[in-house]
Amino acid sequence: MISVSRLYKSFGDVKAVDGVSFDAPDGHITGLLGPNGAGKSTTLRILYTVLKPDAGTAMIDGTDVMADSLEARRRIGTLPHGSGLYPHLTARENIAYYARLYGMPAGRIDEQVQRVIDELDLRDEADRRTKGFSQGQRTKVALARSLVHGPKNVILDEPSNGLDVMATRSLRELIRELKNAGRCVLFSSHVMQEVAALCDSIVIIAGGRVALHDTLDGIRAATGCDDLEEAFVKAIARVGGDSDR
Amino acid sequence: MMKTLKTVFAKEVIDNFRDRRTLMSALLMGPLFGPILFAMIINLSLSQSLSDDTEALQLPVIGAERAPNLMDYLASNNIDIIDAPPDRDAAIAAVTRGDHDVVVIVPEEFGEQFADMIPARIEVISDQANTTAEREARRAKRALQAWYQEIAALRLSARGIDPSMVRPINIDDVDVSTPSGRSAVLLGMLSYFFIFALLTGGMNLAIDATAGERERGSLEPLLCLPITRDALIVGKILAACLFMAISLSLSLTSFYVTLKFVPLERLGMTPNFGPDVVITAFFLLVPFALLGAALMTLVASFTRSYKEAQTWLSVVLLAPTLPILVVSILQVRPTTLLMTVPSLSQHLLLVGLIRNEPLEALHVLVSVTGTLTLGVLVAWLCARLYRREGLLG
Repeated sequence: MISVSRLYKSFGDVKAVDGVSFDAPDGHITGLLGPNGAGKSTTLRILYTVLKPDAGTAMIDGTDVMADSLEARRRIGTLPHGSGLYPHLTARENIAYYARLYGMPAGRIDEQVQRVIDELDLRDEADRRTKGFSQGQRTKVALARSLVHGPKNVILDEPSNGLDVMATRSLRELIRELKNAGRCVLFSSHVMQEVAALCDSIVIIAGGRVALHDTLDGIRAATGCDDLEEAFVKAIARVGGDSDR
Repeated sequence: MMKTLKTVFAKEVIDNFRDRRTLMSALLMGPLFGPILFAMIINLSLSQSLSDDTEALQLPVIGAERAPNLMDYLASNNIDIIDAPPDRDAAIAAVTRGDHDVVVIVPEEFGEQFADMIPARIEVISDQANTTAEREARRAKRALQAWYQEIAALRLSARGIDPSMVRPINIDDVDVSTPSGRSAVLLGMLSYFFIFALLTGGMNLAIDATAGERERGSLEPLLCLPITRDALIVGKILAACLFMAISLSLSLTSFYVTLKFVPLERLGMTPNFGPDVVITAFFLLVPFALLGAALMTLVASFTRSYKEAQTWLSVVLLAPTLPILVVSILQVRPTTLLMTVPSLSQHLLLVGLIRNEPLEALHVLVSVTGTLTLGVLVAWLCARLYRREGLLG
């Protein structure tokens, strides 16, 4: 369960996040949709504690990310934008490194690493060094290492970037499985079709503000547009359309 | 905290042992660069400054037949008289061309002048700008002078005068430098080679801690983990220290081996660089690793990319030379105060060690604690900087 309330963050004169609030419940896929520079990544970065908000609160399972950032981080698995691997380590070693850093007991590491390797269908490349992996393989390994400790909350920043059709499909399946396992999944995207196909609820962000937060049908009803693209454009226009930031 | 630190440390070590770039600089470049350069410099200066006195000097003499006694004297002094160019002009041309290093001319009137006891003229033609030729010319002139002193003594004796009368003083050179002391001058520059090797050993790891991780995109996910950034940065700095220590010990060892092949005795030096000195030197120098690793990590954290970091770190590689340079120009003696200066204190201790002087416990203590303290301080500063938001760039 992730809840964000009245979050503000500026970089110099630029208001990247300007009073964002939303809840992302467990067993639910929440999509953060918005044009480039809308404040999606900044919001997520505050959630996984690499940025501090100027004001507002962000809670993960009731833990304030500011007050107890270590505990908050323990409760999430994250796939930041453009996650990189260690090219001299094998996929398995990359995942095991994170398992150790999550503080997993030594006796459980091998078994848990094998579990995510199986779940993400990485068996064939598990023991190869990740240098030269395709973007799809890299994303899978990065995802595997962020899920190795079985986090209740999963935050993915533009996970489908650079993936081909097959890789995107398997990613979607995986996200659904996470949902079915009762996890809280929050992911950002600027691709409407992807968000529409996957999310239980959608938060449309533009200019650092929440334009709309509803289910797919709710958004259609609110904007009076059947076509999602039209609805999206209309929703963005509502917040003043400052979509450059 | 400790567990995280160990995990990060172990990962960095494994990762870097697999990285050819790190291995090249830590285990090959740094350790071999110094000794090889050193051996080359020594061998060069050996061949330049030492004339081989055991080998006969090949001396072309024009008009040798006019001074048979002199020629006999030269021959008995390990100088072979060889055929000379036909005349003075040809001799000058030959020396200018470099065909001969030195040519001696005994003029026609020599016999006459010699018999009349007028100072008889002998010409020595050489190119003073050419150091090897100049050395040969000096050797020829030395022999001529020795002969004329002998003749002078004979002439005085023939007149009943004691030759020592014309020698009112006798200059005696007393050199107190010991063979290992003389070698210290040369070996003094070693301390820099060792510090250089040490720094290059950890350079890639220092860059990797910030600029490298950032460029690869692995920094952000790493910072999302439930670990403190302090543990992360300290683990990385310690891994860099390990590579620095490895590089240092390899460098010392390779130098120890190199010295066996460099004929330093012929420069009048007995290098005091046995296995015990190697081990002591390691412990005197290794405290610099923490400071070096922390400093390099600090500098690299301000850079945007791996390339930029490398550029800046090559400046850091040169920084330790400054105090060493100043001191070698000023010729200062080690004092307790100087021991507080990193790189300088290591240099002074190492020079003392090679001179075979007893190590002063206080100096060692001040050097080690001073350098380590500064290292901890810079590492702490690194950790502070690692906490800031701008780290992600």
